[in-house]
Amino acid sequence: MNSPLSLGREKASKLRRPLLTPEGVKLNLELAHRGDRAGAFAVDSAIIGLALVLMSLLGSLIWSDPDAGYARTVMQLFFFLLLNFYFMLFELKWSGVTPGKRVFGMRVIDRGGGQLTADAIVVRNFMRQVEVFIPLSVILAPEMLWPGATGWAKAVAILWALGCMLLPLFNKDHLRIGDLVAGTTVVLSPKTVLMPDLEATRQVRGSYNIGGMTPAQQEASPATNKKGYIFAAEHLSHYGVYELQVLEDFLRKDEEIGRYEAVETISGKIQRKIGWKPPAGHKVNHSRFLQDFYSAQRALLEEKMLFGKKREDKFSPKQ
Amino acid sequence: MSQASSTLRSYAFRSEREPHWLELEELVERVSKKGVSVLSASELARLPVLYRSALSSLSVARSISLDKNLVEYLESLCARSYLCVYGNKRHLREALSSFFVISLPRAVRELKWPLLISAGCMLLGLITAYLLVSQDSDFFYTFVPNEYAGGRTPAASTEFLRSALYDNDHDASHLSEFAGFLFSHNARIGMMAFALGFVFGIPVIYLMFTNGLTLGAFLALYGDRDLGLELWAWLLPHGVTELFAVILCGAGGLALANALVFPGRHRRLQNLAIGGRVAGTAVLGAVIMLFIAGLIEGVFRQTVTSVPWRWAVVAATSTFWLYYFVWVGRGGQHE
Repeated sequence: MNSPLSLGREKASKLRRPLLTPEGVKLNLELAHRGDRAGAFAVDSAIIGLALVLMSLLGSLIWSDPDAGYARTVMQLFFFLLLNFYFMLFELKWSGVTPGKRVFGMRVIDRGGGQLTADAIVVRNFMRQVEVFIPLSVILAPEMLWPGATGWAKAVAILWALGCMLLPLFNKDHLRIGDLVAGTTVVLSPKTVLMPDLEATRQVRGSYNIGGMTPAQQEASPATNKKGYIFAAEHLSHYGVYELQVLEDFLRKDEEIGRYEAVETISGKIQRKIGWKPPAGHKVNHSRFLQDFYSAQRALLEEKMLFGKKREDKFSPKQ
Repeated sequence: MSQASSTLRSYAFRSEREPHWLELEELVERVSKKGVSVLSASELARLPVLYRSALSSLSVARSISLDKNLVEYLESLCARSYLCVYGNKRHLREALSSFFVISLPRAVRELKWPLLISAGCMLLGLITAYLLVSQDSDFFYTFVPNEYAGGRTPAASTEFLRSALYDNDHDASHLSEFAGFLFSHNARIGMMAFALGFVFGIPVIYLMFTNGLTLGAFLALYGDRDLGLELWAWLLPHGVTELFAVILCGAGGLALANALVFPGRHRRLQNLAIGGRVAGTAVLGAVIMLFIAGLIEGVFRQTVTSVPWRWAVVAATSTFWLYYFVWVGRGGQHE
């Protein structure tokens, strides 16, 4: 992994974090982005705010005298529960998801790979006191918390409060204090669609008629057989896994615009690089060439991998 | 060699296992939308089996297949089913009973040393204020903020101080409001004391100490007028529960600070997570205790003024908490 290309790949996987399941298989999960987490928090806060307003309106409708003791008690408890236990209750009930997190497709998991336990959820949400409530009151109303504070003391307190609030910006795992203390982290809910195997599409393709040859000609041609183009060992010794998967990505894309030109360019490049020549008088069907090359290259690399020789990319030494 | 026409090993592997993956995907999809309860008994039994087989497929695919989409799909399928299988999905009643019978008393026992330190800080504040105010009653104003004293100052008459203890001209609706206010106020302070442990515990010690100061100042004031015992009888019915809960919150904060500063045999972050969960359990218990204390304070204290009854409640609550935290949940299965 010391080629120039691998640098780019590492960058792409910077947000991936390994997670060891209790069965001992390592899974790679993608950390939630900071912006998404802030967004989810904003959505949840908006829901809380809305609920508070609605409850107040409802209260003034139900009780003719909203200042009566019992009405105020109910309201007070409701406000308290909503402000302090909203996140906790949702995360307990929906196993690590709140409405805001659901909107952004994220969830809380145990950092060590174990079960997300109730105590972890409780702790990560208690810490919101130092992350949200205290910093907000320090910044908005420092007199309430600490009457008669001098100017520099206020400045220090505000800096400290901001530090607590913005901790996710300062660590590469995007952890907030609650995550640190509870041993949790927030990841994107994974979702990949299983696409048909390229090998399967190749095998079911209807006609074997390649490049306008009759079946007899095809059979006789050294460069093709009944199933398509064939490659010799020296043709397949140029590329590694990375290039193979780039080709896979390309073949799986189904955009139409400029497709034909792209296929032709890539096919031509590969042919030049591996030194493969079509039989004389044969016009190459570029799309099929790519499919067949992909298949042959994959077969070879997979076979070598079974023997423990994985060739990362074209810069790796030939085996 | 490398005959493209020969069926790829990884392709054969995929066609053999694919139906199981799709079955698992369908189950996981339904669970993540509507919860585990939508699965029938047989589907529920099938879920972990399929999950493990998908994990094994993933391991195999990683070593034999170079189909990127396939490996990524399996990884995401496994991750989703992992979240499904290991997500927090215990039945609420079961979770509650295990919290009250096992986790909470155990967490409190684990916090033995932080509890002693936290109580010590409070006691130190109490003694300091008591001695200082006994010598010079002007110190009272230093330790007790004016709005908190509510007229109960050294300048007040003994009669006024006494009436504050037996004042019962509240109607019922005021009482519940008062209880609600006390609970939410105290619980917020308690949670704050815990969370402040993250900044190395110094604010926690300060909070405990100043709490002790206020208490000590009142004790000295009432003791000076020979109302000491009656003050205790007024304070302790809810105070046993409330003070213990406050000390527990402080202990949680100190345990957090301890885990952060002295990581011991684990790495710092890991240790913080271990210590944090124990402390957090104790603090959740403390919040519940504060709720009980709020009820006693807001309702019982304002309606019952007979001193023997007040002492009876003191005895009952202290016996209960002592029994609960010392004996409940010992032995039994370890989780």
